[in-house]
Amino acid sequence: MDAFLENFNYIVYVVLMMIGLYAMISKNNLIKKLVGMTIFQSAIILFYVSIGAKEGAAIPILDHHQMHVAAAHDDHADTHKDKADTHEGEHADTKIHKADKHAAGAHSNHTSAEHASTHTDKHKHEAPHAGEHDDHDGHHVSSEINPAKFSNPIPHVLMLTAIVVGVSTLGVALSIVQRVHQGYGSIEEDDILNQIGPNADG
Amino acid sequence: MADQIPVLIILAPLFGGILVLLLGLRYRSVCFPIAVASLGVSLFSALHTFRTVLLEGPQRYFLSGWERGGGFAVGIEYRIDQINGLVLIMIAFVALLSVIHSRSRVSVETPAKVPQVYILSLLLVSGLLGMTITNDAFNLYVLLEISSLSSYALIAIGSRRAALSAFNYVIMGTIGASFLLLGVGYLFIQTGTLNMQDIHGALMAEGLINAPSIKVALMLILIGLWIKMGLFPLHGWLPNAYSYAPSATGTLMGPLVTKVMIYIMIRMMVSVFGIDFLYEQLAWTKPVSLLASIAIVGGSFLAVSQTDLRKMLCYLIVAEVGYMVGGAWVGNLNGMTGAIYHILGDALMTLCLFFVVGIVIAKTGEHRLSAFKGLFKSMPLTMVCFVVVAFAMIGLPPTCGFFSKWYLVRGGLEAGQYPFVIALLISSLVNAVIFFRLIEFAYFQSPDSDTAEAHGAHGESGAHGDEGEHSATAHAHTPVPMKVYRVDPDLDADSIVTEVPWGMKAPLLIVAACLLLLGIFNSTVTAWIADGLKGVGF
Repeated sequence: MDAFLENFNYIVYVVLMMIGLYAMISKNNLIKKLVGMTIFQSAIILFYVSIGAKEGAAIPILDHHQMHVAAAHDDHADTHKDKADTHEGEHADTKIHKADKHAAGAHSNHTSAEHASTHTDKHKHEAPHAGEHDDHDGHHVSSEINPAKFSNPIPHVLMLTAIVVGVSTLGVALSIVQRVHQGYGSIEEDDILNQIGPNADG
Repeated sequence: MADQIPVLIILAPLFGGILVLLLGLRYRSVCFPIAVASLGVSLFSALHTFRTVLLEGPQRYFLSGWERGGGFAVGIEYRIDQINGLVLIMIAFVALLSVIHSRSRVSVETPAKVPQVYILSLLLVSGLLGMTITNDAFNLYVLLEISSLSSYALIAIGSRRAALSAFNYVIMGTIGASFLLLGVGYLFIQTGTLNMQDIHGALMAEGLINAPSIKVALMLILIGLWIKMGLFPLHGWLPNAYSYAPSATGTLMGPLVTKVMIYIMIRMMVSVFGIDFLYEQLAWTKPVSLLASIAIVGGSFLAVSQTDLRKMLCYLIVAEVGYMVGGAWVGNLNGMTGAIYHILGDALMTLCLFFVVGIVIAKTGEHRLSAFKGLFKSMPLTMVCFVVVAFAMIGLPPTCGFFSKWYLVRGGLEAGQYPFVIALLISSLVNAVIFFRLIEFAYFQSPDSDTAEAHGAHGESGAHGDEGEHSATAHAHTPVPMKVYRVDPDLDADSIVTEVPWGMKAPLLIVAACLLLLGIFNSTVTAWIADGLKGVGF
């Protein structure tokens, strides 16, 4: 049961994907096929978003002011986040990477920094690294930010792109269906195949 | 400035497409010059970059200057080595020739959509170039979708039958691309990076390579790419999409899209998963090369059973995909070299075949095999080029087809993959049957024997076109009936078949010459490929 709850998102994504695949393959109506295609793509978006999500994590945007406060008041880390402007956001981003790198170094394996953060993603319930990491906070300026407290932004950014791609694919596909309808007067696949006949190429 | 040249390979066609969008819709005449100029810049940049690669080794380009920081990639990286340098040159070259060749066809077949065809063609080419050059697994997916979306639209510009084929292509293409995206997602979970070299490094450094999720990722990526490249059991979308599309689209997509997908598969194999893992640890080389052998035989027999010229070409493409997948998976250097060399050679062969068949269909107005009857007398130059490409397809020296088969067969024998070798030989024989039959039509049969039949077919197809227009009342504003095979009214004014204008003939002669040159200089090209492969662990 625990395994089911922990992997709930992933189970849902597989189920949704299969529903989408089924609709794309077996439905006769072209629009229904497209509905299946959209479900299929949404399932993959759910999968990616699940990678980046973790419980109680904040949006990974920081400002300079907050970074100094953060060491003292870790709990209020997310109060000023929305005030960060773009420039500061970018700067803070590089800081996060530094912190990440430090975290990776602390576990004495030569992984990339993002690996460290996804690693903690996967074991969000244990989070032993985070605690360990906090002990050293006083000694290193760059480790003021605890990557375990922020969600990994990369999957979300990727999915913004994938959503745009999905919407454009749907748009192109719908206009092609319109074209098919203009040509054959139907969007039922068997109807159209009957009109084409077994050998004709018109 | 000089260090910005690699990115120009992509940006030139991309901005060319935007420029056509801005200017071409108003001034029809600028579309073609802009397309040629931007592809020319792209080809020049690719050649220049390849020269730098030969002198200085693989080149890296960091988009927006986001260099690697702290041992991992921050931004998107382009990476050019000997192999994808050659593939980039091939793409830009084939696209340039195809656009020049198709100029008159575009204005005859799709007169209302000329700027759109050029915009989408340039976008398609920049997507393909980007997929080849990028070193970022997610960027690869985005560029894949850019090229796929433009190809869906390019195909659907044709007849109503083309629109239906395009719809099936959308469904299959989306499944393929989604599988690729999912596979990249599994790699990202395990390694936390999207840069191909970094993924490989992380997989190797931590022994992650043995994790089951990596096998799942490999399988998803392979299935996705196999759907996209049209490997035999998954090829269903390909023949209809390419043969019902307008001929300019078929000529552009046929040689390029499947070849680029095969390159992406090889890139994923050597740069991401690593050759040691694929060849030594996984026991997949036998089953995959068996699958490729089935693809070769299946594609060849489907090709020989076709009566329609363009359908036949499409099934030949399906068979050739099997060559390259098999070569990449036999499991040694010779096979891989043969596969990459065949990517270059097959792109040129397919382009040449599409040129010849396009010219024959445009001149005779017929799309059956018998269209070739007696053509040697009326268009000798075209038919000489056809003989060259036929020899290349069969695999006779000194054309490039012989040398790629040589490497593939040698690789197959070294690895003991006998089904693959047998399939290659069967395919050569089948190609010999197909092409000698056409050559016999062209050289030894006179065209008058069934002119009446040809006229009948022509009249029938005309009636068909009218019917198509009638049912598509909403398209009344389109001045031509929606029909694939159209006879060029200027070209066959009095039904005497003659040579085509130089605009169509010159690209054909250049490609035929390249088929010979690529064969004659095969040792240079394969040395470059071997250099590139040494850089990735062979």
